[in-house]
Amino acid sequence: MWENIKEFASTFFVTGDPLIYGADVSIALTMVAIVFVLTKYKKWGWLWREWLTTVDHKRIGIMYLIASLLMLFRGGVDALLMRLQLAFPNVEFLHSDHYNAIFTTHGTIMILFMAMPMMFGLFNMVVPLQLGARDVAYPFLNALSFWLFMLGAMLFNLSFVIGGSPDAGWLSYPPLSQNDFSPGPGQNFWIWGIQISGIGSLATGINFIVTILKMRAPGMKLSQMPLFSWSVLSSSIMIIFAFPILTVTIALLFLDRFAGAHFFTMDGGGNPMMYLNLIWMWGHPEVYIVVVPAFGIFSEVVATFSRKKIFGYKSMVWALMAIAVLSFFTWAHHFFTMGTSASVIAFFAISTMVIAIPTGVKVFNWLFTMFRGRISFKQPMLWTIAFIPCFLVGGATGVMLAVAPADYQYHNSYFLIAHFHQVLIGGVVFGYLAGIYYWWPKLFGFKLDEKLGKWGFWFWNIGFYVCFMPQYALGFMGMTRRYYTYGWDRGWADMNLISTVGAFMMGIGFLFQVWQIAYSIKHGERDTTGDPWDARTLEWSIPSPAPFYNFAVVPTVKDADDWWATKQAKANGTHKEEPVHLEPIHMPKNSGIPFIMSLFWFMVGFGFTFGWVWIAVLGFIGVAVCMWVRSFQYDTDYYVPVDEVRRTEASLGRVL
Amino acid sequence: MSGGKMLRQIQFWILAALATVLLSGCGSEYLVLNPKGPVAETQYNLIIISAILCAVIIVPVLALTAFIVYRYRDKPDNKAPYKPEWAHNTTLEVIWWGIPVVIIAILGYFTVRDTYVLKESPNKEVAPITIQVTALDWKWMFTYPDQKIATVNYLEIPAGVPVHFQVSAEAPMNSFWVPELGGQIYAMAGMATELYLQADEPGEFQGFSSNFSGEGFAHMQFKVVAKPQDEFNKWVDEVKGTTPAMSKEDYNELKKPGLAEKKLYSAFPEGLFEEILAKYSHGHDMDHVMKKEPAETGAKTNDTSHETHQMSDMSNMPGMDHTGMKH
Repeated sequence: MWENIKEFASTFFVTGDPLIYGADVSIALTMVAIVFVLTKYKKWGWLWREWLTTVDHKRIGIMYLIASLLMLFRGGVDALLMRLQLAFPNVEFLHSDHYNAIFTTHGTIMILFMAMPMMFGLFNMVVPLQLGARDVAYPFLNALSFWLFMLGAMLFNLSFVIGGSPDAGWLSYPPLSQNDFSPGPGQNFWIWGIQISGIGSLATGINFIVTILKMRAPGMKLSQMPLFSWSVLSSSIMIIFAFPILTVTIALLFLDRFAGAHFFTMDGGGNPMMYLNLIWMWGHPEVYIVVVPAFGIFSEVVATFSRKKIFGYKSMVWALMAIAVLSFFTWAHHFFTMGTSASVIAFFAISTMVIAIPTGVKVFNWLFTMFRGRISFKQPMLWTIAFIPCFLVGGATGVMLAVAPADYQYHNSYFLIAHFHQVLIGGVVFGYLAGIYYWWPKLFGFKLDEKLGKWGFWFWNIGFYVCFMPQYALGFMGMTRRYYTYGWDRGWADMNLISTVGAFMMGIGFLFQVWQIAYSIKHGERDTTGDPWDARTLEWSIPSPAPFYNFAVVPTVKDADDWWATKQAKANGTHKEEPVHLEPIHMPKNSGIPFIMSLFWFMVGFGFTFGWVWIAVLGFIGVAVCMWVRSFQYDTDYYVPVDEVRRTEASLGRVL
Repeated sequence: MSGGKMLRQIQFWILAALATVLLSGCGSEYLVLNPKGPVAETQYNLIIISAILCAVIIVPVLALTAFIVYRYRDKPDNKAPYKPEWAHNTTLEVIWWGIPVVIIAILGYFTVRDTYVLKESPNKEVAPITIQVTALDWKWMFTYPDQKIATVNYLEIPAGVPVHFQVSAEAPMNSFWVPELGGQIYAMAGMATELYLQADEPGEFQGFSSNFSGEGFAHMQFKVVAKPQDEFNKWVDEVKGTTPAMSKEDYNELKKPGLAEKKLYSAFPEGLFEEILAKYSHGHDMDHVMKKEPAETGAKTNDTSHETHQMSDMSNMPGMDHTGMKH
């Protein structure tokens, strides 16, 4: 019996590496600490009532944000481990297997479990406020989306300590990701982690399209909607077309592995290249899904901190929508080297270049928003200004990569690595950070400390160029991605060492930001006005932190930048103060079902990952029961009485 | 900390980095920027053209960014105009929808032209030599169908002669890349991709595997040696005379996952490459591919023995062309 348990444990738990044991210990200690604190301060009930069961879009947004910062930490540590290995390629710091697992989890986590939730966090924190709505269209579904993401991410991360991590690359190309070459649960963790969180992402896309189309405050025409909301619409449209492709593709891969099907296998009639086409039909729109909301953020920030209306609003909207459409016609540029016909290659090369046009237009419009404005260099604006040169260079190297015959030389080299990190860090990360700094006071009621933030900013920015510029050079030297080691005679060592230094500088930048958040919770400048940046859109018309019902009175919108227009009118004395008429507010009730149902989904994923079908079946039954129960719940909403609204507003310093 | 200062800082780093690349571009370790054959040369020219066209846009825009950020910074005594409602100008917007269109049109022309050019042999005067490439876990096997010899992780080619590579795999997908001679092509089981490369002068070049294929991937590299035709012929004779023949068992041993040193074989089982291909092309009749006229590849050759090896198919991408693999 004891022997059996020992044997089981030695395959079930990941063993043999001191790094892993270190992680095991720290995970165990963290868990104990969390349980201890919650018990000691009697916070279990609070946790359940206020967070685990909440359907409030702002709280869900905050949970997304926390999760994404944790994932940024893990993905970042992965990156630093890789950089250490490549700086000293011959000291065997990481063995091949371990390195392969780390770059796989780094990529998967950064895109799917860091960028996506940070984006959804911003959607949730901002969109309803910006539209003058009290919540998203489907609050229950919104909570379900979050918990599906969260449990999917947890399942994926579990692979670190039990079962073994996936190691076939972040997109898991078959045949390498098939049973023949990647046996064991690692690859299944990848499939099910993404599958479960992917369902959540699709639901979020649907939720925000409906919210934007149906929940805008009275009077707000689409042509007056703030550009961040437009970007969310563009991104959500891409989500609902792209994510089903991902779900189906991964489901087929799972059938290959689990049921011996031959969709993508090397033999038996399978076709691995079909997988490449399918995964990039999702994968390419995916990068635009994450970058387009960043464009929206820059549009808000640049107008606010230039104290000027956004330049070329219509162009901006057209560009956002053009990108959403074009992004579906470029996927094959990820494998120009597949040897297909010249006509196919030419088509995808041109379509890829064409997408640079609307993107370039947006840059010009941001510049001319600043032109004849008054620019103040607060943190959100710093990140925006840093984004422009970074993204210009990254975009230019993207156009170079689109030149298909030249791409035969760049493909899979560090030139490509440098390019996509430049657009994803310079575009997505800088953008989301700008957004977080910008909307932070609205969510939490205080600003993040400027001084610590600037330290973080400079470490990130200088570190970025030190890290990634040498990688362009390495690409020209023939260094291919995913090499865990190389010989000294290649001449790659210097550039790799410089790059590693840069990566650690970015790591220090992140630590400064963690310190900044911790410091600001206590010492950050409190926002008593609700409008700390003298901004333009509706979310700044309500107190900070926003009350749970958002708007005590739903505003009536007359202008684009309605809040700015109201402030101008007040200053000119032309503003007519409407009598405030409070009414009971209709709100959704909290529900534990999203959390519980996601736990059952976790069981499904866990069961299939290890091939323990009975666990998966139990999970499915649980999911079905949850859906059944929810279908017959009729008591799902309530009214906030006028008195409570008045009390809440008063506590936030507003008398109605 | 003013915005102007910040921008200067950023630009300094970009310029420093560009300078690093460009100034050392002539260094021999920059393989891609030191083309040693016509294919790499074409690609090098495209890299330079595209870099210049991109620079034409981004350098002025970077300068403009620095200027705007500096001039319109929020300072009490800033005399620059402030027009908070100025948010539309048709002329300007037409210009910046237009400029990228023009740039893309120019770049698109070169791209499409060379995409077609590179599908054909870079040297129409000389008949190409065919070499079959098979990616295995984790080594490269080269079979010379006309010379009837085989090598592992070592490739010898005649200088000044275009080489017609037929590339396949009996392992997870990989990519065959010799940067100094030209860009890469995927190696995939069940299909043969094709690639023309040529070394203008004798020399030694580094070959890389460039698509991740598992544990031993980083060690899966090979040496390419280009020699004058007569020396190459001598080498072939030498290999035939002094090295063992590869048997079917040897191949089966070779394809097992693991690393390998350079190996030379005086012969290999007849039709080995075709057999590897057929094994994963799901029992479809390969004859129609093998009998394909060489004209389609653009290779003008009088040597009929080449014809039998024209199994490559320009349209290996599933769903794009059904004359190749019938899926």
